Amino acid sequence: MALKIVKGSIDRMFDKNLQDLVRGIRNHKDDEAKYISTCIDEIKQELKQDNIAVKANAVCKLTYLQMLGYDVSWAAFNIVEVMSSSKFTYKRIGYLAASQCFHESTDVIMLTTNQIRKDLSSPNQYDTGVALTGLSCFVTPDLARDLANDIMTLMSHTKPYIRKKAVLIMYKVFLKYPESLRPAFPRLKEKLEDPDPGVQSAAVNVICELARRNPKNYLSLAPLFFKLMTSSTNNWVLIKIIKLFGALTPLEPRLGKKLIEPLTNLIHSTSAMSLLYECVNTVIAVLISLSSGMPNHSASIQLCVQKLRILIEDSDQNLKYLGLLAMSKILKTHPKSVQSHKDLILQCLDDKDESIRLRALDLLYGMVSKKNLMEIVKKLMLHVDKAEGTTYRDELLTKIIDICSQSNYQYITNFEWYISILVELTRLEGTRHGHLIASQMLDVAIRVKAIRVFAVAQMATLLDNAHLLTGNMQRNGICEVLYAAAWICGEFSEHLENPMQTLEAMLRPKVATLPGHIQAVYVQNAAKLFATVLKSQEGNTDGTVTQDTSQLMIERLPVFVQSANLEVQERASCILQLVKYIQKLQQKDVEVAEEVSALFAGELNPVAPKAQKKVPVPEGLDLDTWINEPPSESESEDEQPKAIFTKEEPKHSRARHTEVDEKELARVRCSKTVAAFTAIRREARKQEQANNPFYIKSSPSSQKVYQETPGVDHIPVIQIDLTVPLKVPGLPMSDQYVKLEEERRQKERAEKKKKDKKKRKEKRSGRGKKHDSGPESEEDITPAHMVDIVTEEMPENALPSDDDEKDPNDPHKALDIDLDKPLADSEKIPVRSHRAAEAAKSPVEDRDADGIATQLPKKKHGKEKREEKKKKDKDRERKKSKDEKKKKKHKSEEKDGDLLGAEVDEPVVQSEEPSQASEPPTSNSAEVSDLDFWLSNAPVPSNIQEVPKVAAAEAASAAEVISGGAQDSEPDEPKDAEMEATKPSKHKKKKQKKEKEDKEKKKKKHHHYHHHSDGVGEESVQNGTVEEEEEPLPSMSNYCLLAENSYIKMMMEDADQVYDIQGNLQDGSQVVVSVIFENKCDSFLKSMEFNVLDSLNSKLQRPEGSGPHDSLAVPFQLPPGVSNEARYVFTVQSIVMPQKLKGTLTFIVKTEESSTHEKLDFKLHFTCTSYLITTPCYSDAFAKLLESADLKSSSVRLEGVNMPFHHLLARICFHHHFSVVERIDSCASMYSRSIQGHHVCLLVKTSGQTVSIDAKCDEPMLLGNVLDEIKQTFSQC
Amino acid sequence: MIKAILIFNNHGKPRLSKFYEHYTEDTEQQIIRETFHLVSKRDENVCNFLEGGMLIGGSDYKLIYRHYATLYFVFCVDSSESELGILDLIQVFVETLDKCFENVCELDLIFHVDKVHNILAEMVMGGMVLETNMNEIITQVDAQNKMEKSETFIFQSTRQDR
Repeated sequence: MALKIVKGSIDRMFDKNLQDLVRGIRNHKDDEAKYISTCIDEIKQELKQDNIAVKANAVCKLTYLQMLGYDVSWAAFNIVEVMSSSKFTYKRIGYLAASQCFHESTDVIMLTTNQIRKDLSSPNQYDTGVALTGLSCFVTPDLARDLANDIMTLMSHTKPYIRKKAVLIMYKVFLKYPESLRPAFPRLKEKLEDPDPGVQSAAVNVICELARRNPKNYLSLAPLFFKLMTSSTNNWVLIKIIKLFGALTPLEPRLGKKLIEPLTNLIHSTSAMSLLYECVNTVIAVLISLSSGMPNHSASIQLCVQKLRILIEDSDQNLKYLGLLAMSKILKTHPKSVQSHKDLILQCLDDKDESIRLRALDLLYGMVSKKNLMEIVKKLMLHVDKAEGTTYRDELLTKIIDICSQSNYQYITNFEWYISILVELTRLEGTRHGHLIASQMLDVAIRVKAIRVFAVAQMATLLDNAHLLTGNMQRNGICEVLYAAAWICGEFSEHLENPMQTLEAMLRPKVATLPGHIQAVYVQNAAKLFATVLKSQEGNTDGTVTQDTSQLMIERLPVFVQSANLEVQERASCILQLVKYIQKLQQKDVEVAEEVSALFAGELNPVAPKAQKKVPVPEGLDLDTWINEPPSESESEDEQPKAIFTKEEPKHSRARHTEVDEKELARVRCSKTVAAFTAIRREARKQEQANNPFYIKSSPSSQKVYQETPGVDHIPVIQIDLTVPLKVPGLPMSDQYVKLEEERRQKERAEKKKKDKKKRKEKRSGRGKKHDSGPESEEDITPAHMVDIVTEEMPENALPSDDDEKDPNDPHKALDIDLDKPLADSEKIPVRSHRAAEAAKSPVEDRDADGIATQLPKKKHGKEKREEKKKKDKDRERKKSKDEKKKKKHKSEEKDGDLLGAEVDEPVVQSEEPSQASEPPTSNSAEVSDLDFWLSNAPVPSNIQEVPKVAAAEAASAAEVISGGAQDSEPDEPKDAEMEATKPSKHKKKKQKKEKEDKEKKKKKHHHYHHHSDGVGEESVQNGTVEEEEEPLPSMSNYCLLAENSYIKMMMEDADQVYDIQGNLQDGSQVVVSVIFENKCDSFLKSMEFNVLDSLNSKLQRPEGSGPHDSLAVPFQLPPGVSNEARYVFTVQSIVMPQKLKGTLTFIVKTEESSTHEKLDFKLHFTCTSYLITTPCYSDAFAKLLESADLKSSSVRLEGVNMPFHHLLARICFHHHFSVVERIDSCASMYSRSIQGHHVCLLVKTSGQTVSIDAKCDEPMLLGNVLDEIKQTFSQC
Repeated sequence: MIKAILIFNNHGKPRLSKFYEHYTEDTEQQIIRETFHLVSKRDENVCNFLEGGMLIGGSDYKLIYRHYATLYFVFCVDSSESELGILDLIQVFVETLDKCFENVCELDLIFHVDKVHNILAEMVMGGMVLETNMNEIITQVDAQNKMEKSETFIFQSTRQDR
């Protein structure tokens, strides 16, 4: 053995190490591949040795070779061996190799689970770190599930180095194992406030990444992030948070309002460009979310645009690029503010940097107007000529087309100009976008009737010069244009000046070299032209022209008959035979023109691209049912039932052969009867639509006016006199148009001036009939052509909604999980269990195993119970010992404890840390209300006293009792789920409950609503900045009017903020009342003093040293129109009775001339429910509570309550701070607790309009008052 | 998220490639070639952002790069990363390399690609930025190198014993 090792190490000395390998490769530049293959052979030898050092060296070299593109997956097992070395050096090499070449389908990965787990729990932090780093690269769903719990534990590691890595890797775990997200989230959230900035940054990073994909689930974290944003100084963290807010604001406009001010401050104060840029970006996002109707944000827009202009003008190309990028975002909603910087953007078009030019191009899209379109496009055309790279030129081409065709050709005033631009674009060499130009030509020619004459003439020229386009390049994309040209010439051949010539051009032998689908169109349209020629010669007694035409067809078509393309061949032979037959008839002097042209009679209407998809499925048709039961499994794979439907499609719409996408054409060649029939149906549909409130009618402003008349003939088309000559020699055509357009506009302006002098009515009448072409604003530029844009047809009863275009394979979809719902018992990360045997199982079985794994801990629970207790005792002992020897670190022990604590499973952790444990359920519901509260801190402007979240529309304001602690609008559902989940582990729960209660007695309820204070802290800071007048949403305000006079309005909010404070004197509790002061007059209010006449029971807390009747100065002054909030703490002795306190506010009104003393009296009303705190309660604990004898009962009946039961419950929860314990049909039990620990239990039953509430409480007075208040709440609605 | 980090020289020879998503070796080489092609034809004084790249990317992704002497440092990132932030990160990365290798040059990267990986691992983990503070990165790298040294020392001494 020893000999072997010695031999190994001697061998090793002769082995190449990485440096030698690299050197060798560099020395063998000529035969690198050969050299490397010998090296790989050597490596294979080395891997066979037992010496781990040799192996590690070999693996290290493999990692290098992998980078050079060599597949090293064959060494996967050896990599695992090296990973499991006890030496850090080798371990690191192994993990690096694994991270470079392992992936989900690497089969040896399943062997690594235990090794990784071992490394994760290694006492050496770098072992753990290396394992985490490696794992982050190759984590699989199996690894994620098996190791999630271990990583969770590491998130609370003592070393920040490990913590931050563990936090970061959780994102990968979530992606692979979405079930872990909910159980792990609370801890992740905790890490947002980790003392170590690195860990904090990692947590922000992970949550931002999660929230970016599913922002709505993370809205409730907004207050927390807001706090971080205002407190953090780490720019990385700030950037992430600000980016996150950018994703959140579209969901919650109120958030945006709150953000504007701090962001604006940051923009002004920061020196970091990266931060400034992100701030601007998020402000833009906010502005977009607030959209229009916010005139007073124009300052913010101006600020953004101004800052961006500075960026764009900067000499640093990076800033210029980013500036343009952000500008394009503003463009979407505030085009006006960007348009003023047109000069700058056009300047960027000339930049030498392609990235910047592309960005500037993006911006152009929104800068065009009717006025400047031609000018801008002219400029772009110049760039097209100059452009060197094809990519940039193609980009220009698509941009030109985009710009011109946007919103249904809104900005085009002269379609002749546009057609000539398109024709000019065909001269581009080597563009990939031939089909794009083609589809534009088709679209314009079909939809703009007035342009057809011109278009046809242009297309005929194009066909004539086809050789210029195609050259000798078969694959040239531009030849797609010929497809459009041929079709347009054929379809609208009646406009052709010289159809014979065009026909000749279309039948040239060279056409046979074009792609098949184009040939097919040529052949088909040649036939149309043929028909036109015949028709034009009708009545002409001299038959030579027709004879010649037929002869030409018969001579040229055989080339196509021999085509390899099926489509071409089929059409050509059909038409050939037809022409031969016609020729025979002609020779007999039979008039055939009528019949031939009847073949192609009828109009084409454009059909919307999505029309086919939008055909609704008829009622009673289930597309998923089998028409015939599948005979057997083996056959069903070959015959897909879907084929039946796909085959049918071509019958409905004409078969099409190219990707001339965008608009599908459907030929509506219908006989008169059919036309009449459709007319009737259309009429009926119109009726139906008129009566259907959900039908989206075309508004006058939008361009898309759906044609209701079946034929295009019915559309009133105004004939235009063409003032523009068709061809202008010399200049390129489109330029000519620009000049002409200028002249035309000038002329028009002059005319308009004349008209202005005349009566207005006359002016109006000229425009009344105009069918289309955009808003009339735009400096009153009238289009040269009265354009009639035929809109796209949609199927009858088209489904209005757009298709959901979310990618079902997106891994982030699985992470769309509601994080605010309380954790159910069944949701936990599977705890380490024996799963070695499972490793080889198939994934399907693994899923089953997963189910078992989640159940395992429950079964074990009983057994483990005793152990747990022991552990807990240990824990306590440890805590004691810690206290004794505070300065000594018990590293290993502590870590041990961590592991155990987490392994034991959630509930136990809960009972150990009551302050946290009781939070999740509370905080979930509370957080929602918290968020609302946090967002809606703007006082409600008038005496609308509250708009409860639940059923905001139907709820009339219930003035008296104002409360917060809102539950979810449908609290029953999740609660029910939770209840069910708790049942199986009932007795376990009871024990916990006991422990919990014990703890609570010791600690004295001080843990409630701590999170509330966070939100409140923000509030007073922010309050003055929000414009309450414009609150668009029905906000959830808990404020009620306290008192009001002509100078000032006071609004009170209480109840929600009731909490007790630790270390309170005796049994007294404290109640915090927030009062909003709003200045209603035009004068300055100052020296405000707030005073309340104390009662025996309730006392205003005054600063030490002041007497019992001294008033408190309000810590701010109020300029006109401003409001602010102050909070006052009251000490309450007994809470069983509602209280009313009289108070006075004195203040000085200061105007320019004088100042006067004023005062305002008010009454503070403390209801009994305001002493209640929403406390969750489990059903078993609830049952136990009811059994105990010391509860007094009472009951109340409510008549005429007309609302759904869950609304009723939500109302009680919302107004009276109860939580639903259990709900069965129309019966629910509810629970709440007072700040002094009184239990209040309700049993609510409903039948019809009668609601009966049976209640129990250990304090009958309190109960009676609470019931009265509930009754009052419902009597008011 | 960072999708990939590439370092290659003026001739397109890869000096380090770190993909945070799995590709086959062939695709990886293709991506490196394509990225090199895109980046190398750009002038010195143009912006450091680049869209496009067929293989790696899609509309959400950007290439952010810096050119130092003979080496290109290219990060492929999605829209959740701040562009200027990543530029800073590249700077931090290069400065860290400079500290760790003492006047880093291409040769250091050629012969010690494993060390470069180890340094990178302290900055970026699984595609997410882990640490941006250079001193912290260097501390951790040094501590690990020290550990490695002590191990090799023990290892060699035991070997000599035999």
